[in-house]
Amino acid sequence: MMRKIRVLIAKPGLDGHDRGAKVIARALRDAGMEVIYTGIRQTPEQIVAAAVQEDVDVVGLSLLSGAHLHLFPKVVKLLREQVGDKVLVIGGGIIPEEDIPILKEQGVAAIFGPGTPTSVIIDFIKEKVGEKSQGTSA
Amino acid sequence: MEKMIEELLKEFRQGSKRAAARIISLIENEAPEGKEILRVLYKESGRSYIVGITGPAGAGKSTLTDALVKLMRHRGYRVGVVAVDPTSPFTGGALLGDRVRMSDLTLDPGVFIRSMASRGHLGGLSWAARDALVVLDAFGCDYILVETVGAGQSQVDVVKVADTVVLVTVPGLGDDIQAAKAGIMEIGDIFVVNKADRGDADQVVRYLQSILEQQTKTEGWLPPVIKTVAWRGEGVEELLDAVERHRSFLVNSGHLDPLRKMRLKEEIIERVERLIFARLKKEVRMDGVLEEVYSRQLDPLSAAEALVGEIIPQAGSAGRK
Amino acid sequence: MLKEEALQAIRAAKDAWETQKVQKAIAKHPERHEQFMTGSGYPVERLYTPVDIADLDYLRDLGFPGEYPFTRGVQPTMYRGRFWTMRQYAGFGTAEESNQRYKFLLSQGQTGLSVAFDLPTQIGYDSDHPMAEGEVGKVGVAIDSLADMEVLFNEIPLDKVSTSMTINAPAAILLCMYMAVAEKQGVPFNKLRGTIQNDILKEYAARGTYIFPPEPSMRLITDIFAFCSKELPEWNTISISGYHIREAGATAAQEIAFTLADAIAYVEAALKAGLQVDEFAPRLSFFFNAHNDFFEEIAKFRAARRLWAKIMKERFGAKDPRSMMLRFHTQTAGCTLTAQQPMNNIVRVAIQALAAVLGGTQSLHTNSYDEALALPCEEAVRIALRTQQIIAYESGVAETIDPLGGSYYVEALTNRLEKEAQDYIAKIDAMGGAVKAIEQGYIQREIQDSAYRYQKEVESGRRTVVGVNKFQMEEEPPKNLLKVDPAVGEAQKKKLKELKAQRDNRQVARCLEELRRVASSTENIIPAIYEAVKAYATLGEICDVLRDVFGEYRPLDIV
Repeated sequence: MMRKIRVLIAKPGLDGHDRGAKVIARALRDAGMEVIYTGIRQTPEQIVAAAVQEDVDVVGLSLLSGAHLHLFPKVVKLLREQVGDKVLVIGGGIIPEEDIPILKEQGVAAIFGPGTPTSVIIDFIKEKVGEKSQGTSA
Repeated sequence: MEKMIEELLKEFRQGSKRAAARIISLIENEAPEGKEILRVLYKESGRSYIVGITGPAGAGKSTLTDALVKLMRHRGYRVGVVAVDPTSPFTGGALLGDRVRMSDLTLDPGVFIRSMASRGHLGGLSWAARDALVVLDAFGCDYILVETVGAGQSQVDVVKVADTVVLVTVPGLGDDIQAAKAGIMEIGDIFVVNKADRGDADQVVRYLQSILEQQTKTEGWLPPVIKTVAWRGEGVEELLDAVERHRSFLVNSGHLDPLRKMRLKEEIIERVERLIFARLKKEVRMDGVLEEVYSRQLDPLSAAEALVGEIIPQAGSAGRK
Repeated sequence: MLKEEALQAIRAAKDAWETQKVQKAIAKHPERHEQFMTGSGYPVERLYTPVDIADLDYLRDLGFPGEYPFTRGVQPTMYRGRFWTMRQYAGFGTAEESNQRYKFLLSQGQTGLSVAFDLPTQIGYDSDHPMAEGEVGKVGVAIDSLADMEVLFNEIPLDKVSTSMTINAPAAILLCMYMAVAEKQGVPFNKLRGTIQNDILKEYAARGTYIFPPEPSMRLITDIFAFCSKELPEWNTISISGYHIREAGATAAQEIAFTLADAIAYVEAALKAGLQVDEFAPRLSFFFNAHNDFFEEIAKFRAARRLWAKIMKERFGAKDPRSMMLRFHTQTAGCTLTAQQPMNNIVRVAIQALAAVLGGTQSLHTNSYDEALALPCEEAVRIALRTQQIIAYESGVAETIDPLGGSYYVEALTNRLEKEAQDYIAKIDAMGGAVKAIEQGYIQREIQDSAYRYQKEVESGRRTVVGVNKFQMEEEPPKNLLKVDPAVGEAQKKKLKELKAQRDNRQVARCLEELRRVASSTENIIPAIYEAVKAYATLGEICDVLRDVFGEYRPLDIV
């Protein structure tokens, strides 16, 4: 069975700083994953609709504008409504330490701040998606 | 497994994109459920008209697809898009970036977009991508657009699935001559010169027309060459008209049914080859035979006949059973 | 230039030194790397000598400050006359809060203002637009109409400060608002000094706050050039920016090349619009990044100056020396700041700022140590400003001009960067210029390849980032981070509602109709925008008219 991890890398909000998002996208590709990139300025509704149609295992959100407390939980909420909790949501960007527990409480699995090696993110995804697909496979 | 399939199919028939997406994944991952579902859905398919869009990287295919889908929606069609990008042969991963230019369509209830990696098909159309077309067909799409990056194999592969093939190029790529040489020209039913607001678009159009007059894919159909500026939507109306004209041509001239039958015949043969090959790899022990061939006790052709004979007894003349 | 015999002697002596001294030393203690490299990945030799700059002709290649080719600086006395302008980029929340911050900065000895706008403003959405949700006042101040602008500059005399505004796609609108505030203050337009960023090409390539497609965007820019050359002669009509290109991952040479390629595109657009080169070129200004590699950065500024002077003189036939001067603002590299051990950033910023000063910058923003975590707090901003003041007043580097001129290493680097940038520009020219190169995704792809290479170097440990992949430690989460009050969005929405109830809506409609007419014509668009702004039409309303006429840009996103 050719099981590949599929990841949606999305940039919610209005900031155009996509260096991080694109570096991550490439690193995940090089780790053997299939990465769908949405481009900048995506609304939570658009991100979730894309995640549904692409049937991804992971949604990675990158935001540097400071609107994360507003936008990240909204993505999680819409995902839960539309596909349940099978999709892993992770985030990155300029996220103050004190906001991380708030985001986790709302369903974001992890926040990877500036300076996180891409290998840490890759390992995290592999581990978590492995757990999930074992739990839900038919 | 049965229950899961039933539930998925029920959801699918209620028009759930989530279910359609899930089914495509099952097929893509070669899960047994996927095969089961496909058997059912195939019988419900056959109503979609499939348009292949192909051309070199940078020709603006996604932008053109975006514009074309918008116009199709305007004309009341339900549309599916399968966008294929190559899998990296080194890492097995893929970067699928076609959605970027189609983000306006994401929320449209009458549009379903799926990005797919070629997964080991060397840049061509994977079986999963072909099967995804069946899924979207059964899902009720009037049109399905298949977008492939034009690098040799995948451009040609698109002929195996598309009723109409749109070949996209842009001025200034300098590879139109290359394309003619590579025989790529023969696969197109409609030619698009995108980004036609640039310099020498007319020259490219004339060049394409001069070649097309000498060689055509289908008798009675001279492929039109259309200029577009996709991001502004210019020429897209003309393109869709050309697609619909080609469609009626195929129907009225009686070409469509034989064309589709021929494609299915080829598909069945390909699948047969694939099944036999898979069984050969799985069931036949090669080592002993190899030794015999290597020590000149047996020749390679007889060895091959013997191996095939093991799984299909009547086919091999030198069967050892 | 040294005589050939002298060079031969140096070569011979260096060979002897390499084989005798160096090899022995290496046998005992190997060097830290096989191959050393600059921050941009370019090889670095063990030692530079006159041989490495044998072709350098002092008068031709370096000359004197304030004279062609301006390698050593654009002014004859440089910092001996006046220090660079210390200009901290600031703005957040409402106009009231930002106005307070500006007054604080001016009271601390800052000499120019630099306005940061929030993203909805930069993309032409009013604060009540659905896309603005969660973004209002976050990365800068929210400006919806002239009413906000009046508050932003309340009690700040516009004839006394120079103001830089980081605004691109809607630059014309914000400039008109600034002019309208000046008019109310009784300040004539010819007294206004400052800069609008107005550099749309790098938005497509690297920064992302575009609205309209390239063609109408270029027209907006050349309309501004034409308007300002007559009405605002002291205003810098554009700040052609390499900063964000570098932040997105470009190398030093790419930063020069892509910035100057963009600049060439603007000059060509203006010439095509019928302007004379010396009419607008003296008001072109630039904006560069000061990254980590100290000498490479200094060389970068010098190379960019020389290359631009040559382009303007040789390619565009400029006669006015001011057209050939590359005047630039510098900001220290935000992407080098680490969230880990944030205080270390103070030292990084100091070194980068020193490179900018040694490179001859005209103005400087030093980043605050907490910017990898959040918007900077007041203390962090103060330290950043003090860093500049220490360099200016205590270090002594400003007492003579271009003190590193003549350094074998710096001159060799300057030559190399100029050459590499020239090669890129030639490649872009062959594609049909910067607009085409961006449309084809060439520039974006080059930048992304560099970014990915850099990331891999960090992860493999080939590049050390102190506190991140070496010398890490456990640390407490930082405190006192600045939080933008989430109520800003609501407050702005309320203000907008009130504004729309109070203003003369018929006048607004008339102005917007006239704007639509002018936008569809080839007339200069600035006067029509100015009238709309004065009638308190909102930024979003004006942009909607333009979006309608011009269309919107669709990115060609190459990953």
